[in-house]
Amino acid sequence: MSAPLFNALLELADDHLILGHRVSEWCGHAPLLEEDLAMPNMALDMIGAARSLYTYAGELEGEGRDEDQLAYLRYDRDYKNCLLVERPNEDFAHTMLKQLYFAAFMHPYWEAALHSSDETVRGIAGKSVKEVAYHIRHAGEWVVRLGDGTEESAQRMQAAVEALHPYVEEQFHMSSDAQAAADTDALPDREAMRTQWTNTVSNVFDQAKLTMPEVEYPQLGGRTGHHGEEMGHLLSDLQYMQRAYPNMSW
Amino acid sequence: MSNETPLWEVFIRPRNGLSHKHCGSLHAADEVLALQAARDTYTRRGEGVSIWVVPSKAIFASDPDQAAENFEPGVDKVYRHPTFYDIPEEVGHM
Repeated sequence: MSAPLFNALLELADDHLILGHRVSEWCGHAPLLEEDLAMPNMALDMIGAARSLYTYAGELEGEGRDEDQLAYLRYDRDYKNCLLVERPNEDFAHTMLKQLYFAAFMHPYWEAALHSSDETVRGIAGKSVKEVAYHIRHAGEWVVRLGDGTEESAQRMQAAVEALHPYVEEQFHMSSDAQAAADTDALPDREAMRTQWTNTVSNVFDQAKLTMPEVEYPQLGGRTGHHGEEMGHLLSDLQYMQRAYPNMSW
Repeated sequence: MSNETPLWEVFIRPRNGLSHKHCGSLHAADEVLALQAARDTYTRRGEGVSIWVVPSKAIFASDPDQAAENFEPGVDKVYRHPTFYDIPEEVGHM
């Protein structure tokens, strides 16, 4: 009975783990000290959400898998994250835009999840909705400053928009598991986030003097485990400790 | 970088009813980013309920070389210290 919810929770948890890992790659490399604190902050918010989601998914599955096993001991094809979150960081424009795209989706999603039929989901949503509101602000302010900044920053920002926009559509797609979880009101309908996503991002783009491109062929496949080449490199980093020292703990 | 990115002084109000206290400084391009950076740098552990950021260049500070003339008043002027009053209990902390 709970198998669809287990899978739908994994989709959500994988989104947060993978983007959290991507953002954490900036730790120690950010262009200024203040940002070097802010980015791991955001990464920890997302990894924190992933931990709660994995733990709950593991309980539902009932096969004794905990957060570590779900996060670290699956193969790349078993990860169900959308492709957007695994995209490489590239420059600050890509990084902040990716964060804005994801947060603009997650904010209305968690708001809707506050009314979930599932008590644990409501709990996770209550914590996450505040965090993600800040992520929108933080990433949004950077997108505005880079988009409406120097000639180079504006050009890099628009390049990031062109590169990442094909990955937006997948956020709204419903897998059969996500649909089943939405049918029981356990998790929100992803499709329903479209209007608010567009409002949030358009508002930032207006200030940033960026244009929203038309995407004819969106990139899809993450939910079914069809990931990009970069995902393998990401996982080899992410899983290294657990693979090299099985069952290690801190 | 520090030539282009201004320095900001951060003041945090730990609780309602208390005043903002200086807690450090940071670099940020403008006041909005300064506020965000202050939030990330100084309030992650529930340290405060309100933040002020002030451009460091807006602060005009006393000269350490004048410390003696500024801050070392004569000890013989006891009448400057309000120790001769009985303060009613109800006043609380002054």
